[in-house]
Amino acid sequence: MMTTPASDYSLAELMICANAAAYEHDGEVLVTGIGVLQRIAASLAMLTTNPGIMMTDSEAWILSTPNPVGKRPDDFVQMNENWMGFSRIFDNVWSGRRHLTGGPTQIDRFGQANISAMGGDYQKPKVQMLGVRGFPGNSICHANSYMVPAHGPRVFIDGECDVVCTIGFNPARLPKGYSFDEIDLRCVYTNLGVFDFNGPERQMQIVSLHPGVTVEEVVANTGFEVHVPDTIATTTAPTEEQLAVIRQIDPHNLRSKQLKDNPAGVRL
Amino acid sequence: MNKQMSLQEIVGQLRDGMTIGIGGWGPRRKPMALIRAILNSDLKDLTIVAYGGADVGMLCAAGKVRKLVFAFVSLDFIPLEPYFRAARQSGELEVMEIDEGMMLLGLRAAAWGCPFIPTKIGLGTDVIKFNPDIKVIDSPYDDKEWVAMPALKLDVALVHVDRADVRGVCQIKAPDHHMDDWFVRAADKTYVTCEEIVGAEAFADPAEARLVFWERNFTTGVAAVPGGAHPSSCSPNYGFDIPHFQEYNASAKEGGFAAYFDKYIKDGSEEEYQAKVGGLDAIRKLPQPVY
Repeated sequence: MMTTPASDYSLAELMICANAAAYEHDGEVLVTGIGVLQRIAASLAMLTTNPGIMMTDSEAWILSTPNPVGKRPDDFVQMNENWMGFSRIFDNVWSGRRHLTGGPTQIDRFGQANISAMGGDYQKPKVQMLGVRGFPGNSICHANSYMVPAHGPRVFIDGECDVVCTIGFNPARLPKGYSFDEIDLRCVYTNLGVFDFNGPERQMQIVSLHPGVTVEEVVANTGFEVHVPDTIATTTAPTEEQLAVIRQIDPHNLRSKQLKDNPAGVRL
Repeated sequence: MNKQMSLQEIVGQLRDGMTIGIGGWGPRRKPMALIRAILNSDLKDLTIVAYGGADVGMLCAAGKVRKLVFAFVSLDFIPLEPYFRAARQSGELEVMEIDEGMMLLGLRAAAWGCPFIPTKIGLGTDVIKFNPDIKVIDSPYDDKEWVAMPALKLDVALVHVDRADVRGVCQIKAPDHHMDDWFVRAADKTYVTCEEIVGAEAFADPAEARLVFWERNFTTGVAAVPGGAHPSSCSPNYGFDIPHFQEYNASAKEGGFAAYFDKYIKDGSEEEYQAKVGGLDAIRKLPQPVY
């Protein structure tokens, strides 16, 4: 594939391309992107770097080519590959052959995530959200990444998540007979950069920063200590070819509505 | 053999304190006519097991729920169910919050007559911390610990299907029958509402028979209630009613559940309800959702 670095791209598009790179070496796995940017990223990877990816229509079918996001023409025919209703999803994903990128409300220093409830106490939360959904099973069965549209200390919190929905790297919670090597927590993609948990003692560390973002900004906006390695890359810019595929996947430009004010990828 | 019943007769079989499983998923194929009939009854202290949507929200708002077993409660396009939130935030709802797959395992354990099914799902999370009744056990076969997901035995399952015959052969033509078959198998009794009662010959074609997901000896009673999933969807017959859900959601901010209940449900028959939401023809024209 020809690669022409794009000169003009949005931060959302940068985050999509960064998230898509997560799947490049995954081989034949079910990829699930929960959220618009995550879904576009998964579709981009399937259409470019990893055709082995499998994807659902979010209802009951595995698709041989991703559905565009948003409203589709009346004559649109989706390319089903096999039935996979919700009960059968577990039969596939508990095998470990899946990589999911979710969008939790809280992430703590152990890489634990929360989508259930916040504040107050468990019996009487201040803000009830979805519930744990499938996060406990996802976290202990297969690869997981996260996307955070607004990197701040209320997401990357001091202390543990109010409801720990996923197994992470808290030594106090390690189940008997388990090793943290069995927990496949990959990367976190935010509006500031890309992070993983490969720092000292599985500390979250900076992998790359988006153009114009400083280490100080990340440190100030993360509620726990983030590891700053000696070398930090700049997040790879999208290519024109990637942007063309993104426009096919997202013809209504829903990606422009996911980040506040739809900022440019390169800060002025 | 004729298992046909009215909605009132079905609700008449339910008792205070029962554990009731509700089929469907979020805003999809919920037996809402039965929920409305329960809302108009004196039933109370129910334990509800569901992949929840407005069914759970309404039952919570009406004070029918003593305990909720759930993995999520959501209307999908409205992610946070307003009355479930209010019930949780009031601190008055007893809950067993578990992973979606743990719920499936619990239903399967009940269906298969097992006290529990071992799984690693839930380890390392607050699911086992906040549910001391869910035990973590040693394995006789390896050195790891395992979650012993207990059977979720149901007194009753309530589900909504496309077509059924009077003997209780039930067909679901939606792209997904969700976990309805496991709710049915986990229950002592199953009451079904359907869009249409058909003759047994309707299932003669193997392609039709393949869309029957449990056997009729699990079906206790059947009521014909076309449109009975409204405002949830019953694909391919109708989609969910977005404006109606928006009004329902808005009522939590202004008027409260009583206003919604008084306007649409209170002391009314299902026919009266459907007339208020535009009639059965309008329900059947509701567009399918795009995911």
